[in-house]
Amino acid sequence: MQGLYAVFRKEICDHFTSYRFVILFALIAMISLITSYMAGIHLREDLEALAKTRYPFLMLFSTPGAMFSMVQFVAFFGPLIGLVLGFDSINRERAHGTLIKLVSQPIYRDAVINGKFLAGVMTVSVMLLSIILVITGFGLAIVGLVPGVEEIWRLFVFLIISIFYVSFWIALSILFSILFKSIVTSALASGALWIFLWLIIPVGANVLANAVAPINAHEETQAETIIKNARIKEITSLASPMVLYSEATAAIIDPMLNTTRSITLMGPMEKLLSSRFQNPLPLGQSLLVVFPHLTVLIAITLICFAVSYLVFMLQEIRT
Amino acid sequence: MDTPTVIETKDLSKEYDHQVAVDHLTFSIREGEIFGFLGPNGAGKTTTLLMLLGLTRPSKGSALVCGLDPMRKAKEVKRRVGYLPENVGFYGDLDAVESLEYVASLNGIRGTEARGKIEELLELVGLSEDARKKVGAFSRGMKQRLGIAEVLLKDPEVLFLDEPTLGLDPEGAVRLIDLISQLNQERNISVLLSSHHLHQVQKISHRVGIMITGKMVAMGSIESLAKEKLGLGGREYSLEEIYMKYFPEV
Ligand SMILES: Nc1ncnc2c1ncn2[C@@H]1O[C@H](COP(=O)(O)OP(=O)(O)OP(=O)(O)O)[C@@H](O)[C@H]1O
Ligand SMILES: [Mg+2]
Repeated sequence: MQGLYAVFRKEICDHFTSYRFVILFALIAMISLITSYMAGIHLREDLEALAKTRYPFLMLFSTPGAMFSMVQFVAFFGPLIGLVLGFDSINRERAHGTLIKLVSQPIYRDAVINGKFLAGVMTVSVMLLSIILVITGFGLAIVGLVPGVEEIWRLFVFLIISIFYVSFWIALSILFSILFKSIVTSALASGALWIFLWLIIPVGANVLANAVAPINAHEETQAETIIKNARIKEITSLASPMVLYSEATAAIIDPMLNTTRSITLMGPMEKLLSSRFQNPLPLGQSLLVVFPHLTVLIAITLICFAVSYLVFMLQEIRT
Repeated sequence: MDTPTVIETKDLSKEYDHQVAVDHLTFSIREGEIFGFLGPNGAGKTTTLLMLLGLTRPSKGSALVCGLDPMRKAKEVKRRVGYLPENVGFYGDLDAVESLEYVASLNGIRGTEARGKIEELLELVGLSEDARKKVGAFSRGMKQRLGIAEVLLKDPEVLFLDEPTLGLDPEGAVRLIDLISQLNQERNISVLLSSHHLHQVQKISHRVGIMITGKMVAMGSIESLAKEKLGLGGREYSLEEIYMKYFPEV
């Protein structure tokens, strides 16, 4: 316990004083400011949509202003935050010869990875919370929107899901920093996996669905096939944490729209839909909808952790 | 002869795929002893130390450190044993005091107790002047002395020093060797000292062991080894002379 706390404190200190953190934070603050500003402007013009919805405040987070909404932004950039915070956590110590010193102190070996992981989670939580607060302030100032009680609850749930989401990426990057002795290799591997999960899986889901249940444009396709095609696509794309996260947060932040959607599928259709559905899902129901997603997110985080443990505990540390 | 042993190994062996690094090593070190651990590069000295600390799993055999099994009671062993690795690393962006504070917190030493100890140790290793200098700007010898201070924070019963005088200037090396000897006498710390600097080892060791390709080929006090290898002559001898006798003539 004392070891865990000591490592945790050191890592927190390192994170908050590093250029890496400052740059990352500046970047994210900038983008989220622009995004919410755009969303705000957009909402001001589209007062009709505002009048129809029960949760106007949440639209600050779900409306794609110029390019993407806040939710999509976290889905895309959250992994980057997690990976950047963790990709060199163990192998840097190894390269500097401090890992052997650390593990020859009277602490349990897992305190090293636990401390680093928790420090990363803490850092990310502070980051995400401050971004949400900034956007909230923005909403108050620009659009003059005041969040209701339920909206605050929903934002809170959004924050929690986002923290779990980024935590997964931290756990993954720590695993890479254990597996790869070279810092560059581990950075490349994290980047590659990010792109793979973000781009390849949705495309792969399409290919797989069309291979198993082909939809022909010319002939009439049976309704059954279309449904099958859609199901396969849906289930396969759940292999991507980005999709998991997008779907989970959509149900929370965008309760009018109890359909699921992917990051790329946004635009007129969504507007149409959101003006059709008048009754939002109650918060309890929304939570039920996201429960499986959240469970899977936590499960894959735990798997990363379990592998890290196994490798790190049995590994010989000479430097 | 009844002093208790702090280290005891029996048939301790380590095999890396197809290569034997440590080969059925059986030896012991008594409390309050400075044991000089000699041998050519790749003999298996570092590997032995890692096994005694529970950082590497032995392929065969057993070891007891302070009466504890290093594989099962790793944490307790590490509480009693201070280990200075052959290339100690530091966090370059911390200063000497901060580095020591971190190690202290890992050992559960906090607050005023930690501050007092840190000051005392910086004094002991002669780094009081550089207490607030970033470790990244330390010279090799200063780092080595800081490493010693870090290892002493936990009030160890045993010290494992892996080539502590490597890269030190002659005066720095002599001072470090004197410091080790002083710690041994004043605090009754047992020392397992791995080194290639034979005259330094000769100066402070009570007993030495010579390891070649994983086997301990000789062990005992320097006089007894001299008698065995050089015969009774009563003449001056050096450890280097004895050491060279264990290698085929070039
Ligand atoms: N991870 C490893 N995989 C394979 N062989 C290894 C590994 N680590 C060490 N060895 C081998 O084990 C043997 C003993 O190495 P060790 O580092 O213990 O030697 P040493 O006595 O400390 O040498 P030096 O005086 O150079 O420090 C060497 O032959 C080395 O090549
Ligand atoms: Mg060595």
